Amino acid sequence: MIKNLADLIKIRDEYAGKIAFRQNSGAKTDGKYEKHVLICGGTGCTSSKSVQIKAKMEEAIKNAGIADKVQVVLTGCFGLCALGPIVIVYPEGTFYSRIELDNVDEIVNEHLVGGNPVKKYLYSETVKGDQILSLNETAFYKKQKRVALRNCGVIDPECINEYIGTNGYIALAKVVTEMTPDEVIKEILDSGIRGRGGGGFPTGRKWQFAAAQPKGQKYVVCNGDEGDPGAFMDRSILEGDPHALIEAMAIAGYAIGANQGYVYVRAEYPIAVNRLQSAINSARAEGLLGKNIFGTDFEFDMQIRLGAGAFVCGEETALLTSIEGNRGEPRPRPPFPAVKGLFGKPTIINNVETYANIPQIINKGAKWFTSMGTERSKGTKVFALGGKITNTGLVEIPMGTTLREVVEEIGGGIPNGKKFKAAQTGGPSGGCIPASKYDVEIDYDNLIAQGSMMGSGGLIVMDEDTCMVDLAKFFLEFTVDESCGKCAPCRIGTVRLLEILTKITEGNGEMEDLDKLEELANYIKSASLCGLGQTAPNPVLSTLANFRDEYIAHIVDKKCPAGVCKNLFTYKIDLDKCIGCGACAKQCPADAISRTDYVAPGHKLASMTIDASKCVKCGACLPTCKKFQAIYKG
Amino acid sequence: MKKKLTTVAFSGTKEQEAKLDAVIAEHKGEAGALMPVLQKAQDIYGYLPIEVQEHIALSMDIPLSEVYGVASFYSQFILNPKGEYAIAVCLGTACYVKGAGLLMDKLESLIGIKNGEITADRKFSLDATRCIGACGLAPVLTVNEEVYGRLTPDMIKGILDKYNA
Repeated sequence: MIKNLADLIKIRDEYAGKIAFRQNSGAKTDGKYEKHVLICGGTGCTSSKSVQIKAKMEEAIKNAGIADKVQVVLTGCFGLCALGPIVIVYPEGTFYSRIELDNVDEIVNEHLVGGNPVKKYLYSETVKGDQILSLNETAFYKKQKRVALRNCGVIDPECINEYIGTNGYIALAKVVTEMTPDEVIKEILDSGIRGRGGGGFPTGRKWQFAAAQPKGQKYVVCNGDEGDPGAFMDRSILEGDPHALIEAMAIAGYAIGANQGYVYVRAEYPIAVNRLQSAINSARAEGLLGKNIFGTDFEFDMQIRLGAGAFVCGEETALLTSIEGNRGEPRPRPPFPAVKGLFGKPTIINNVETYANIPQIINKGAKWFTSMGTERSKGTKVFALGGKITNTGLVEIPMGTTLREVVEEIGGGIPNGKKFKAAQTGGPSGGCIPASKYDVEIDYDNLIAQGSMMGSGGLIVMDEDTCMVDLAKFFLEFTVDESCGKCAPCRIGTVRLLEILTKITEGNGEMEDLDKLEELANYIKSASLCGLGQTAPNPVLSTLANFRDEYIAHIVDKKCPAGVCKNLFTYKIDLDKCIGCGACAKQCPADAISRTDYVAPGHKLASMTIDASKCVKCGACLPTCKKFQAIYKG
Repeated sequence: MKKKLTTVAFSGTKEQEAKLDAVIAEHKGEAGALMPVLQKAQDIYGYLPIEVQEHIALSMDIPLSEVYGVASFYSQFILNPKGEYAIAVCLGTACYVKGAGLLMDKLESLIGIKNGEITADRKFSLDATRCIGACGLAPVLTVNEEVYGRLTPDMIKGILDKYNA
């Protein structure tokens, strides 16, 4: 039980060495163990058996008789999901990637016992001749600045003491014992932090509004309904550093005068839910949640509410309606939640990543926070890199980093020698940033100026094989599906948009459809009730603005330049390249490929050809001709 | 999202009902308890047949229309039972861009059911799911709890064979 600051500091000092050991402190031991083996327990790596790897690793360490020298820790996400499962050995910071169960014995015997890292399993970028670099020296990590993610991949998320070892709960102690609620709010205001979940509203202002309401029941809510497809930063924080969220919500409770918090998490995130619940339980057991926190009369407790798979519940008023047990439909604002929110009481609602920044703003001060970022966007932002990019994963960068740096340097560029075409940010609410704007500095206002938005931080990279019309259609299918149906502009308008897009991708579009798309999109934007409808047309508008020529190619030339829209291309065989091996014909499920009587110069067998009337465009033939490249889309 | 009512006959047991009653009792008097109750009811029965919704409506004194309204609103609540092997293909952006649509086509043609359906012998059910967050492994599908990543359509048959054996 932690009763006061002194108790807390005692634990911190006991665990600080252990944490520093994993941050290149240079120490030979952490006081007890000579090596720490960190294994990623995020969703990505768990899906490729990291939990089984941990069990096998512990077994092998025991059998080797070094259990008293090596500690094995299951951490949150390291970020480089493309290389998972990831295993890191400290104090060196040796970075093993794509480890399989069969590799475990070798690593234990040669590295942990013998002291020689197993080079063939290391991330190739960290092996430079005889030299082995630590993960912090790789291009992926070098340009990052980890604030919200600082503990992810460093601590055991289920161990409250390790969190305290990183100065955890010190900010809460400081707030409740030394600061007034007004001082807390001022610090948050001065930091300039804006909501990390979408709109970018200043967090301190939200708190100020709720604090100004008359005393009585108030609520602190966390929006963990991360619904943007391709976004997983909130999940990684919940999985890797759940105590940071608990501490921040308690601080917010103190600032606005609330004693109850709710965390609304997607039910699709079972690992995150379990870790958060386990963290809440240990915080309660230590007296950091509940009554008389740090011996004061401040009390705060919280519970988890699971979402049930409705994207609209990421919208704040819909989320509150859902916690109340109803269909998650949004309500008109005003009144804003800060005035009339959950169960009709004043409520603040912030996103997971926003909260994860709060304890450090209190500990290090608003000035420290404002030293990072751009003039109107302070601090860092976490992005989930996905799509056609080498280093799929989670990155945290200072605001103002250019898109090019994120994709080319941190992300490792586009695989297979393809060209960058566009980056999509903001999910179904956002837009596409084309190659001509590759050097845009990423912050809230610049992204909006490009017709996109920050959103929660999904960043999907497209190469030349992505059809932008098809992409807009994909997002519209999503919003049509997820529209809650309450207001007509969104419910009906998005369906009509989708119909026009479908018509274009099927080759039946007319030029006047483009004007209709724009007109309708603008109506939906201005007339919808909530953020879902207001932003649903963005993918259409931004692709129209930046890739109008692709729309025109679909409509006028009846061609899909990227070769995605099935009605607008056929598979063909270049008769002179074809050597007549017939491998493609064997793969064809529709018997559409037959032999011609043409033998190309220098070839022995007659070339193959595709009967377009029989072809179902499944693409099965394409990989069979990788070597000769005779099959193409045209 | 449109939801189809099930055509499969209800086969709930007394034990399941007792478990459900315990859950309802646990949440008695709690504000906004309908969602947690429905979530646990789905854990107990595997889906939310109309018989279960009626029971919840009566026990919690909430109109059935409201219970059905909530159950049909959220995509995680399912009104149709799942197969012994529930296959879910992630159609999130990262998976879609990497060809998850082709995986779905292949599954539909190999199993002979469409997205959202269940085979007559209740062995396989097929669904598209939202992003499950394993974008590093894209494209991804899951069979019950098992995750298969970095897939191409020609790997589908091998996966199905494991469950057909």
